Amino acid sequence: MAENGTNGTNGQGYVGTRTIRPDGVDKVTGRARFGADFNLAGQLIGKVLRSPHAHARIVSIDTSKAEALPGVKAVITRDDFADQSSEFIPAGEMMMNYKDVVRNVMAREKVLYEGHAVAAVAATSTAIARRALKLIDVKYEVLPHVIDVVDAMKPGAPVLHDDLFTAGVEPKPDKPSNVAKRIEINLGDIEAGFKKADIVIEREFKTAPVHQGYIEPHAALASVSEDGATELWCCTQGHFIVRAHCARLLGLDIGKIRVTATEIGGGFGGKTVVYLEPLAIALSRKAKRPVKMVMSREEVFKASGPTSGAVVKVKMGATKDGKFVAGFAELKYQAGAFQGSPVQPGVFCAYAPYDMENVKVIGYDVVSNRPKVAAYRAPGAPISEFAVESVVDEIAKKLGIDGIQLRMMNAAREGTKAAYGPKFGPLGLEETLNSIKKTEHWNTPLRKWQGRGVASGFWFNIGGETCASLTVNEDGTVSLMAGTPDIGGLRAALTNVAADELGIPYEKVRPIIGDTGSLGFTFLTGGSRSAFSGSMAIVEAAKQIKTELCARAAKLWELKPDQVEFSKGYVKALGAAAEKFKPMSIADFAKIAGKTGGPIGGYGRINAQGAGPSLGTHLVDLEVDPETGRVTILRYTVAQDAGKALHPAYVEGQFQGGAVQGIGWALNEEYIYGDDGKLQNAGFLDYRMPVASDVPMIDAILVEVANPKHPYGVRGVGETPIVPPLGAIANAMEQATGIRFTELPMSPPRVLKALKEKAAKS
Amino acid sequence: MAKHHIETTVNGDAVEFLCETEDTLLDVLRDTLNMTGSKEGCASGDCGACSVTLDGRLVCSCLVLGCEVGGRRIETIEGLAQGEQLHPLQQKFLEHAALQCGICTPGFLVASKALLERSPDPSEHEIRFWLAGNLCRCTGYDKIVSAVKDAAATMRKG
Amino acid sequence: MARVVLIGNLAQLTGGVAEFNVSATSVKQLFDRLAELHPQLGPHLQEGVAVAIDGQIYQETLLEPIRPDSEVYILPQIAGGSADRALRIPAGR
Repeated sequence: MAENGTNGTNGQGYVGTRTIRPDGVDKVTGRARFGADFNLAGQLIGKVLRSPHAHARIVSIDTSKAEALPGVKAVITRDDFADQSSEFIPAGEMMMNYKDVVRNVMAREKVLYEGHAVAAVAATSTAIARRALKLIDVKYEVLPHVIDVVDAMKPGAPVLHDDLFTAGVEPKPDKPSNVAKRIEINLGDIEAGFKKADIVIEREFKTAPVHQGYIEPHAALASVSEDGATELWCCTQGHFIVRAHCARLLGLDIGKIRVTATEIGGGFGGKTVVYLEPLAIALSRKAKRPVKMVMSREEVFKASGPTSGAVVKVKMGATKDGKFVAGFAELKYQAGAFQGSPVQPGVFCAYAPYDMENVKVIGYDVVSNRPKVAAYRAPGAPISEFAVESVVDEIAKKLGIDGIQLRMMNAAREGTKAAYGPKFGPLGLEETLNSIKKTEHWNTPLRKWQGRGVASGFWFNIGGETCASLTVNEDGTVSLMAGTPDIGGLRAALTNVAADELGIPYEKVRPIIGDTGSLGFTFLTGGSRSAFSGSMAIVEAAKQIKTELCARAAKLWELKPDQVEFSKGYVKALGAAAEKFKPMSIADFAKIAGKTGGPIGGYGRINAQGAGPSLGTHLVDLEVDPETGRVTILRYTVAQDAGKALHPAYVEGQFQGGAVQGIGWALNEEYIYGDDGKLQNAGFLDYRMPVASDVPMIDAILVEVANPKHPYGVRGVGETPIVPPLGAIANAMEQATGIRFTELPMSPPRVLKALKEKAAKS
Repeated sequence: MAKHHIETTVNGDAVEFLCETEDTLLDVLRDTLNMTGSKEGCASGDCGACSVTLDGRLVCSCLVLGCEVGGRRIETIEGLAQGEQLHPLQQKFLEHAALQCGICTPGFLVASKALLERSPDPSEHEIRFWLAGNLCRCTGYDKIVSAVKDAAATMRKG
Repeated sequence: MARVVLIGNLAQLTGGVAEFNVSATSVKQLFDRLAELHPQLGPHLQEGVAVAIDGQIYQETLLEPIRPDSEVYILPQIAGGSADRALRIPAGR
């Protein structure tokens, strides 16, 4: 096991070693400032009035009494936001448009979910702000609501938007419905495929909405000055995205807003959209004072972006030797109050781990009266792959082939044609399957009421626009500035890369996350892209520095450019000239930077391409208590392809964290709605996420099948780990109980009920 | 109603403040004393991000009222390090990468310190159950448990 | 001639034709040629598609070269960790 906390090993370089993260001391001392830790002199406290109804028309809003309350400095409603035309971004299967964004941020004609923002106030204290909310008089015309995805698709269901006509169907419907879109991918000939099958398994699955569960509630602090220049501090995964949204919603030039991404206490996709930020800016603009807003935990559950609940039908055919010959799936995903569920990635990923000739997957994006879905770690994929991995397990058990063997036979490899079109480059699925097979875990015997399950998972990963800079300071230390917020150890990984690229000690590089005024547009931290793209931008910045130093050395030494080279932190003269000129370090150049042309730096501004998918395989042992239905996870192993782990400990951390989120999703987490459309478990007590006593150590096996398109071979790793757990746990439950659970979560009441039904039948 | 005037000790320092009846100790620490190391994750005692010790007892500061702490001894994350010297728990959390976003870390450190004061050689089981009142969504708890075990070993060596 | 395949709902905008042979040396040229053949497809190609050239996926790159014998797939843009990947439009557009 690698030594922990070693900063560099014998000059071999820092990439791949477990350096101490540069931002770590602040985090373990409480000094690091997260979203709610910022304050400005004279700030007001902002609070939001939220709908008590799941679906209602807003008849009138009277804010006069609230405005008259001493201490209240501003009140805003829909009237403070200009309407946005339906700028429908075409061809994006998971889209939202600004017409929807402005309505999600502040309800206009209707409230569409319990918790939907209706008004907001800024006051001199929290207590006064809360009192002011109570003085706002909203008259609602309550409407029937619908939440469940199947119910929302039925003819006669309450319709949320009378201008929503299902796209992707012919002929175009003439009546609005809750089905925003139908999508489909086709490979080969599905009917011919099923004819070739010796065994066909068909199952329907159901999952409930779950929340990303970040421990830090949303927070924003806005300060608008008299000329409209706006400063905003918020905990976000993408401060450039926040800037763009706020500029659009508030009618400001992008350059007039400067957003600082504070330290962020978890996001997992849920902090990639705006909720409080436009409200804080609008209030600050009106009140002419800074406004600070922080969500309560209840507000986070009710009014941010939990992921889709879904219904998934899967039908797979295989030969008796285990070759998958046909894969069909139909996915119905909740989008929440506005269209844009992750059904498209769900469709693309469903069969992606496997090499199959015949695949047909259909997806529906369906609105209903619950909060608008935001991304949650590999959005859409855990749901569809849970269903497919469960059926793969059934096929394995019916054919008497073990789960690893069956997946190995059908594994996607380099050159495999993906169901969604392109051919894969090098892939690490086989390596992860082999790694699991070799573990002691796989070979440990089990007892009664215990079960073992295996499942694989796929996620694409993305690149995207990314900026990062390296600046050489006068003493030769280097300031690194990245544009992607650090949600889990990024600064350590980037510092490893910068130190190696420049050949300087790790301690000489100081990383920060730059605000939107300091760097070019950088896409958000998501899609498992920040280490992948950030390191590419750092390599580019370092290249510029090295080129510049060589040019200066050549001039100083009166040599030709090809007579000097940069190596391991020094510019060296080559050939005969090496005798005459001593190598110069970056620090040497820094001392004379002004005299040789000016400060030294590099600025990487790229649109990173070449992201490679990360494949993973999980193995879980669990035990069911037949008296209570409680499931205990006994043992858990993750094997996943990282391409190249820039910092192994933080890569392992992604594997372990994603696996435990998946355990929660599989066994306990769900949104529970009453018949009145109100959320009944809007707190951590009853929205039950895993705690330390719920899980064992999570063994993490780092597989590295280099991504040829990245200078270090990196693949994004953050999202894939949440994909396999749902299937792996359901498969283990089947072995432990003899019951195929098709509904998540497999919580104790459901397990107990199923056990009782099974006992009654026999 | 007039505010309460409270005199107490925080991390060894004499401190006094004014607070409303309904202000929690967490509100006082963060908003009145400007000590933002303790975090609010839920305000209902379920996540442990606000953990402090009160007269040596581990509590959620969101469940303690500001006006209850007069004459008592409060210890927060800000008091864990001694000058420039990090506490072994802080050092081990860094070495083991036992934090990713870091929002839960202050709470875990305070809770872990309270554990090791009572049980200097805890088993994995004991660590997990003691820390069950602290939620972490990023790490899956694995490296936290390793860090606490390693810190305990270091502290036993003296 | 590069072989070009439309994935997902994009073929609905071309009256069901999903495969083309197109002469183009860059993604931009390819999009221009396809838009000439099927005007309804045009705006969709400008925002919100990913392109896979010989198996490698590219998002938002107009200048990427295409070889004469390349196989090109045009897919709806792949989002990840964000539902609003396609939403990056400057204010006032």
